[in-house]
Amino acid sequence: MIEIRNVSKWYGQFQVLTDCSTKIEKGEVVVVCGPSGSGKSTLIKCVNGLESFQQGEVIVNGISVGDAKTNLPKLRAHVGMVFQHFELFPHLTITENLEIGQVKVLGRSRDEARERGLKLLDRVGLRSQADKYPGQLSGGQQQRVAIARALAMDPICMLFDEPTSALDPEMINEVLDVMVELATEGMTMMVVTHEMGFARKVAHRVIFMDQGRIIEDAAKEDFFGTPRSERAQLFLSKILGH
Amino acid sequence: MLNLDFGFLTAEVLSAYVLKGFLFSVQLTFVAMLGGIVLGTLLALMRLSGHAWLMMPAAAYVNTMRSIPLVMVILWFFLLIPLLTGRPLGAEMSALITFTLFEAAYYSEIMRAGIQSIPRGQIAAGYALGMTYAQTMRLVVLPQAFRNMLPVLLTQTIILFQDTSLVYAIGAYDLLKGFELVGKNFNRPVETYLVAALIYFVISFSLSTLVKRLQARISIIR
Ligand SMILES: Nc1ncnc2c1ncn2[C@@H]1O[C@H](COP(=O)(O)OP(=O)(O)OP(=O)(O)O)[C@@H](O)[C@H]1O
Ligand SMILES: [Mg+2]
Repeated sequence: MIEIRNVSKWYGQFQVLTDCSTKIEKGEVVVVCGPSGSGKSTLIKCVNGLESFQQGEVIVNGISVGDAKTNLPKLRAHVGMVFQHFELFPHLTITENLEIGQVKVLGRSRDEARERGLKLLDRVGLRSQADKYPGQLSGGQQQRVAIARALAMDPICMLFDEPTSALDPEMINEVLDVMVELATEGMTMMVVTHEMGFARKVAHRVIFMDQGRIIEDAAKEDFFGTPRSERAQLFLSKILGH
Repeated sequence: MLNLDFGFLTAEVLSAYVLKGFLFSVQLTFVAMLGGIVLGTLLALMRLSGHAWLMMPAAAYVNTMRSIPLVMVILWFFLLIPLLTGRPLGAEMSALITFTLFEAAYYSEIMRAGIQSIPRGQIAAGYALGMTYAQTMRLVVLPQAFRNMLPVLLTQTIILFQDTSLVYAIGAYDLLKGFELVGKNFNRPVETYLVAALIYFVISFSLSTLVKRLQARISIIR
């Protein structure tokens, strides 16, 4: 479903990504972790072309993301993305947030989009908030709406960039619960997160990044058993320590 | 002591001389505001486009307009266009075009600041949903930029309304011109200019009070 082949990226002289390769099969849930600044966000944004890269290839559903001929908007319409800071559109109501992509990008009718949006709101438990504005919702609620907004586009896979790290601790679980449910339903997911509980519960594989490189790319059992690299061991002991 | 007498300023006199000018001043303000905001938004988008061949002409245009006194732009446009096209444009039409072109420079700076105030994550979210650049701008960035900047845009419009009096330079019939004619015909320039000043003050002051209320409301919504 997602294939990253020898991707390297530079910001001027500074190399953010070095020769990153991995593959995510349909239905697979892959967690990406690593210290701050290690390039996790950059890598996940290469998958839907929000970031460009100078070397290598990213193939999503058979389409090359880096190819200049690729219709990126069309590709992105079916690759869901959830951001650290939710990024709901503050000038639109929750319902309108859920409709806008369906209507303007997929060309669905407003009625159809509304119905689909409300169904997904139900699913994330926020039907009663439909007519509010994002600013009137808590962080956890906003992030659940953001997930629903991405799902409304009927994505073939979902990308999450630290979806819970801007949340107050008591709201983390309501978002993780939605993600766990998605994972168990078989959604293909690439998730940048430090929530190792989530990784243990639903991830198939864990990728560990450091200084722009993929240091570890292991099945969950192996990763939590004994990561091969010292860096990953140290990182794990740190984030599991507290 | 000043010996003021306002008795001659009857309703008939006002509607005969001043109303026409007042309506033109209002028309000029509205046309220049709407045209200026549309053109200004385009200029702002050009300046933020990242393409040198769009950025440079837009920047040159805005900086030039902002470096010349409005009254000179009004005069030069009025004098030059007939020379270039071979036929006169009329003071009113000339004023409408000049003000739109001139105000666009100021509105564009406001819209540019507004666009830049929108977090990059919002643009990324638009793209991530599959929107094109144009859709992201139109549906995500510009509505928010416009909403955030509405008080500033309206404040600029109040300044614009006051500046419409500069069309006296080309003899267009605006609010001030109406009063000037009354003053001449009744030989009472002091009284008429006083009333004119009062009217400009009342309109501008009540508009800026409205803007303040609006600002308070917007900051509650945000
Ligand atoms: N636009 C940019 N220009 C220059 N350097 C950048 C830019 N964006 C990111 N970087 C650098 O690239 C590196 C990787 O950034 P990235 O955001 O991918 O890290 P991350 O692993 O997601 O970190 P975090 O856990 O803090 O989110 C960092 O060192 C960052 O400073
Ligand atoms: Mg990051």
